[in-house]
Amino acid sequence: MTLSVEVNDLTVRYRDTVAVDGMTLKLDGGKIYGLLGRNGSGKTSVLSVVAAFRRATGGAVLVDGAPPFENAALTRQICFVRDRVDAQDSDCVRKVLRIARALRPNWDEEYAQALIERFDLPLKKRISALSRGAKSALSVTIGLAARAPLTIFDESYLGMDAPSRYAFYDEVLSDYMAHPRTIIVSTHLIEEVGSLFEEVVIIDKGRLVAHDETEALRGRGVAVTGPADAVEAFTAGRTVLGDQRLGGTRSTTVYGQLTDEERTRARAAGLDLGPVGLQDLFVHLTASHGAEAHR
Amino acid sequence: MFDDRSPIYLQIADKIKEDILSGALGEDEQVMSTNQYASFYRINPATAAKGFQQLVEEGVLYKRRGIGMFVSPDARESLRGQRRERFFEEVVDAMIAEARVIGIPLEDIVRRIEGAK
Repeated sequence: MTLSVEVNDLTVRYRDTVAVDGMTLKLDGGKIYGLLGRNGSGKTSVLSVVAAFRRATGGAVLVDGAPPFENAALTRQICFVRDRVDAQDSDCVRKVLRIARALRPNWDEEYAQALIERFDLPLKKRISALSRGAKSALSVTIGLAARAPLTIFDESYLGMDAPSRYAFYDEVLSDYMAHPRTIIVSTHLIEEVGSLFEEVVIIDKGRLVAHDETEALRGRGVAVTGPADAVEAFTAGRTVLGDQRLGGTRSTTVYGQLTDEERTRARAAGLDLGPVGLQDLFVHLTASHGAEAHR
Repeated sequence: MFDDRSPIYLQIADKIKEDILSGALGEDEQVMSTNQYASFYRINPATAAKGFQQLVEEGVLYKRRGIGMFVSPDARESLRGQRRERFFEEVVDAMIAEARVIGIPLEDIVRRIEGAK
């Protein structure tokens, strides 16, 4: 079973700060989604409303067609995983796992044990005595073993070292294939996890910047390089994400696919067309000038 | 493993074509399942499936319901044919252009080729 997520004109405000600014987004469900955004872009705010951890200031969120807030039947189906454990500091790891097992209808104890071993979690230690990496590993273990139809990993890897992060990515992928569900992973480590995502959502300053299949976004940007005036003429009227000059040479990154005819024309004008990776596209789309140009 | 700057499904399709051309994957041999492929390369299974689908459409692979994907009997020969068509344009013409830029006389190249016979 998988759950869909619908975000309609969502606004989240904290006193004077607007964290989410009229965002609309639809996720069909049953896929691994990447939510990309810089620090403070509103990732956690959106996800907190989706997971019913907080109420929307304006607009609405629907999970499987229903509002999740104070909807116990629905929130049991949603697991929101952060980089810290939602438990008493004085509790030991074993007790935290026991509580999770009692609360989660789809809990897989055998899988939980396998993850505990894989992440080398000390069962008798108190939460307060765990390292940052171990706290992340414990919350990830709970998030995976809970097998919730909607599982959200909100930068859960923070504090994990590279081998643990890759172990986490491998587990997300293999468990998703064995038990398909809706998984949202928020991150800014795109180079590490980009290939895991079927769809990518890019947000910036509380707004939606892009939402597409990952494969469609890959190669969506084009870096046009050549003599300054030729580059200028070719890129005129296009969505410019970035621009660099070196002497008489100019390199302008534009957003959008080029037709074969346009490619031929560019080459005839002595221009070099280079692909732009997902990571670079994200940087360009969310760098302060880039995002403005795109909107 | 894969280049972030172009669609991964196309890179998967190219990789499998290379394996067929080199003989690493033989005729009627079964290829990895999309899930095996996805775990091995740490990519989304939908991406792997898209790469395989591309190859089925091109006639390089064929499906056997409930069993998996296999290399078409004539895949290697037709891939070689496609490569041959592009060979002079992509390899030879490019070499001549490079030789002109760096000042290597074409006679030197011809002599080298003769020597390789």
